[in-house]
Parts: sequence; C-alpha cells; structure tokens
Amino acid sequence: MSDTFLKRNPSTLVFLAVLALFVLGVTLLADGAGAGVISTSFVKTLGKTLCLALVALAMDLVWGYTGILSLGHFAFFGLGGYMIGMWLMYARTQAIVVSSLSEAPIPATESEIVDAIGNQIFGVVGSSEFPLVWMFADSLLMQLVLVVAVPGLLALVFGWLAFRSRVTGVYLSILTQAMTLGLALYLFQNDSGLRGNNGLSGLQNLPGLDHVPQATLSIWFFWASGLALALGYLFAAWIVSGKFGSVLRGIRDNEARVRFLGYSVEGYKLFIFTVTAIIAGIAGALYYPQAGIINPAEIAPVASIYLAVWVAIGGRGRLYGAVIGAVFVSLVSSWFTGGQAPDVNLGFYTLKWVDWWLIVLGLSFVLVTLFAPRGIGGLVDLWSDRRQPDRHGADLGPGVGALREKEAEQ
Amino acid sequence: MSMLLEVSGVSVSFDGFKAINNLSFAIGAAEMRAIIGPNGAGKTTFMDIVTGKTKPDAGRVIWGERNISLLGMSEARIAREGVGRKFQKPTVFEDQTVLENLLMALRAPRGPLAVMFYRPSPVDLTRVEELASEIGLLEALQRKSGELSHGQKQWLEIGMLLAQEPRLLLVDEPAAGMTPAEREHTTAILVEAAKTRAVVVVEHDMEFVRRLDCRVTVLHEGAVLAEGSLDHVTANSQVIDVYLGR
Repeated sequence: MSDTFLKRNPSTLVFLAVLALFVLGVTLLADGAGAGVISTSFVKTLGKTLCLALVALAMDLVWGYTGILSLGHFAFFGLGGYMIGMWLMYARTQAIVVSSLSEAPIPATESEIVDAIGNQIFGVVGSSEFPLVWMFADSLLMQLVLVVAVPGLLALVFGWLAFRSRVTGVYLSILTQAMTLGLALYLFQNDSGLRGNNGLSGLQNLPGLDHVPQATLSIWFFWASGLALALGYLFAAWIVSGKFGSVLRGIRDNEARVRFLGYSVEGYKLFIFTVTAIIAGIAGALYYPQAGIINPAEIAPVASIYLAVWVAIGGRGRLYGAVIGAVFVSLVSSWFTGGQAPDVNLGFYTLKWVDWWLIVLGLSFVLVTLFAPRGIGGLVDLWSDRRQPDRHGADLGPGVGALREKEAEQ
Repeated sequence: MSMLLEVSGVSVSFDGFKAINNLSFAIGAAEMRAIIGPNGAGKTTFMDIVTGKTKPDAGRVIWGERNISLLGMSEARIAREGVGRKFQKPTVFEDQTVLENLLMALRAPRGPLAVMFYRPSPVDLTRVEELASEIGLLEALQRKSGELSHGQKQWLEIGMLLAQEPRLLLVDEPAAGMTPAEREHTTAILVEAAKTRAVVVVEHDMEFVRRLDCRVTVLHEGAVLAEGSLDHVTANSQVIDVYLGR
C-alpha cells in the first residue's frame, strides 16, 4: 500500500513530515536530551497534546466521517489511562513496600507484601483489600491488553445495544453522554475499587526506572506519543481513503441509501465505534503517565464535549483538521487557564482569562459552526483545489445540483 | 415459469389506514412489469415491504429458488439477496465522486473487513467505465456527484442500480424530469435489463409504460385491481373509473 497510498494522499505525507520535524525540534531543544530551552513540564504538555490529537483523530473518524456525534470517547480515553495507571501504581508501590520491608528482621511473606501494597493504595479510601478489578494489576502485559480490551468491549456492548435499536442523531449523543456520566459517577464512588475521587496518582514514575530523571522520561513519552499519533494517522488515512471511507461518509450523509446498497449500516457503525474507542484508550494510556494523575473528573461528560469542540474548530471530516483543532485549542486553552495570559483591565472590571476563557471558547465554537463550518482546516482549501467550483449564474432548477444558467448555455 | 418473487396476502396499515390490503403479486426471474395506480394506491408502500423498510402486518414475501422469506431480514440483507431499488428522488452521495458512488454500488463483498481491504481491480474499473459510458458520465467520473444536474443524478442512480447487479430491480418513476431522448435511453436500458432479470417499474406516465411493452399491474387502495397488457387493463371499466377516468 505504502508507496502509491502516500502518493494518492499527499496530505498524509505532509502531516507525517511536519510531525517528524516537530518531534525532532522539541527533542533537540528539550531539557532531557538537548539544549534545555524547553522545560520538562512543557515537554510533558506537548506530549500530552499529541495524545489529545490522537483521540481527536478517533473522534473525527466517528463523528466527522461517520456522523456519529459520540460524547463518550473521552470516557474510553480515561479508561485506557486507568488501565495503565493500575499497573504503574501497583508496581511502584510494590517496589517501595519491598524495599521498606527488607529492613525488617524477619523477611516478609508474599501475602504480607500484597497486604502492605493494598494498605498503601487503598488506605485513602478506608480499605486495604484488593478489589476484583485489580486482579491483573501486577502484570504489565495484562494491563496493556486491558488498555485495548476494556474500552473496546465497552464500546462493543454499548454500540451493539444502541445501533441495533437504530438510535441515531441527537438521541445517540444523549445516550453516549449518559454512559459517560454513569461511568464517571461510578468511579467517583470509593467502593468502585479505583480509589474514588482520589483517582490514581504518581503515574509519572515508571517502576524500576527510578534512576532515569523525569527530563529523560518525558522525552521518551513524547516520542511514544508522536509515534502513536503517526501510526494512528496512517491507519485513519488508510481506512478513509478507500471504499471503507466511502461507506462511512455515505452513512453520514444518507444511511438509508447505504442500507439499500446492501451494506449493514449497524455493523459498520459498531466497527468504527469500537475501533475508535480502542484508539482513544491507547491515547489515554500514553497521556496519563505524562499527566501523573487520573481521577474520575477527567471522564466527566464535559471532557467529551471539549473533544467535539476541538474537532469542530479544527474542521471535521478531514484528519489533519482534527489534529490542528486539538493541538491549537488545547495549547491555547492551557495558556489562558494556566494564568499566563495577562489580565485585561477595563477600568470598571478586570477581565481574568482563567474565568473568561471558557466563554471565549464557547463563543468561538458557536461562531465557527455558524460562519466557518469547515473550521481551521478549511483554510487549506483556500490554496488547494478543494474549493467548491464557482459555477456562476443562478440555479435553473430547485435542486442544489441543478444546472446553472452559464453551464446550460455551453 | 418459476417465480422470483411472490408476495401473497400482504396487508399493512398505518394508524388504522390500510395502505396495503391483501395484496398478491408475483414476478418471474426475467420479466418486466409496470405498476400503475393513482396516488395513495400503495405503490411505494409495496416497494417498502419488498425491500424490508416496512414490516407488513400479515402475508408472505417469498424469494428465489429456495423460497426463502424476505420478512424479518434487514434492508441490507435483502439488498445482498439481490433486490435493488431506485428511489423517485435521486439519492446519490453528493459529497463523493461519480467513481466513488459507482464503486460503492459495484457488486462485491459488503462486510466491513472485506471493504476495508478492498482496492478496485482493473476488472472493476473497466466495469465502472462501461457503466459510466452507458449512463453518459464517463467524462464526469472524477466530479463530485453533487455538482451533477438533476438528470445526471438520475442517470448515476440508474448506473449504481445496474452496478449492484440485482436479480430484481425496483424502479420508482425512472423517467421523471428527463428529456424525451433520455427517456428513450432509459427505456432501452430497462428493456435490456429485463432480459436477464426481473424489473418492476412504477410509473405515472402512460406513454412511458406503453414503450416498455410489458404486463401491467394496476393498484388501487392497496390491492391489485387489474393485471394484463396495457391495452387490456385500460379497457377494464373499473380501471377507467378509478384511474383513467378521473
């Protein structure tokens, strides 16, 4: 596929080149590997941003291409984070417990170690027992499998129920939002087994790599995030370039017609919903070790709405649009909410961006939807040939595609 | 002659209104049939039932040599069984090129994985070009179908229907909005298709039906009123009363 595939999709090649240059540039300027111009915390912010771009890519596939406005993909993202977080927390606590118990006069037994780990992890929610969901927490391999399996299975079961009943449009959005809210509320409970509203913390420390400074770790994760985004982009570009993409866009525009062509619309929706949930889970598993902490608030429905806003502002229905939207909005957002943006003194009132940023974001979402439905990515059309042909004259017939005066004369 | 499709005793009502009332209909494997009838006679509902869009309250819809029932199958499954449908209003995928529209319709495995790994073979592309030249859109293959004129969209939809290679074509007012020359071309395509497969045409235009030169079924109030050659049914006094006379 590669050679002709890239030739047929020049935007993919451009994207990969830009991404490679970006990763190289940051690496050279970073604290951990190069000049030290970029601080470790900012490298982490950039790495996290790449993960957000990956989940935005998933959202674009499911919303921009297939027309399913899912408000659940950030829940899948969070679940991926939880799954890797369990292993990170378990393994690190285990290392600490083992080293502290080794100084005791009598060597600790296996069960004493496990009890001590449980005490350390769950003491904060008044428990010391390992819940069932931590069954595989001592195995990195199993938790990596769960990063893919848990979001994938949840999406599969939920999607099967929803799509089979032919729930579409805004009703489906509400249903996915309800799922997200339910999941967040469940995780907020202390007895959910995932430490309630404390969430999982200390995820930035990789077990067994205590000697590696965070500056270096941040670069590793940055590379991993860049690689994941590149592979995710290639995969997404590959599936939307062929007939599969045609069917997805057909479902978005007229799903009844796709059915009469013999395609099982429900099967395709379920397929893309599940695949994108898995991509979201992988993105989350790379994001939260860089964030260091995950708690149920991350899964709240508003996060999934942000995701939709990024994709809309960047330009849905085109892959680079989703990436541009996620990177641009999340970086600008962290600039405004991080207190770095100077307050504006209006004399009678001081505009604090921390408070007002959400208003600005909401307003720009409304404006983009009304006046620039193609988003930032639509700017690319200005100098490419993707613009609508200017056919002059008025419609001769009632349909949008009717002949126009000038054409009819030719 | 063994029948390809047998609809027997089918009834369906919407909110108490009987749209189809004990309708029976059969068509052979290579036969052309025109369905005429006044507005509200149940022509479109009949197509909806055969294609699985509407579930009837009673009756049977039997398909093919193995006499399987189409009731209870999904629309997509019925389409894969070989029932193709052209809607009255042309519905093509406007955001996609003519080529993409035709490739999507082209007969091939429809499962997600098969479609994901599908790349058009030279044979497929040749077939698409044949179809495109038959429907006069060879030059327009790379154009977005939303840019096409209304008539061209009608053609594209007919092309997509042929690309599916269905065993039964259900065609709703194929000639609406076409020029006389285009109508003749449409007639020729449908007559050609009916040599190898079953074609059901719903049409208001008597002149068009006459040119198809086939058996005619007259529907009225959801049931078959008369069946036979066009001259036969137009001589029927009941038909004249309910349809032609008014």
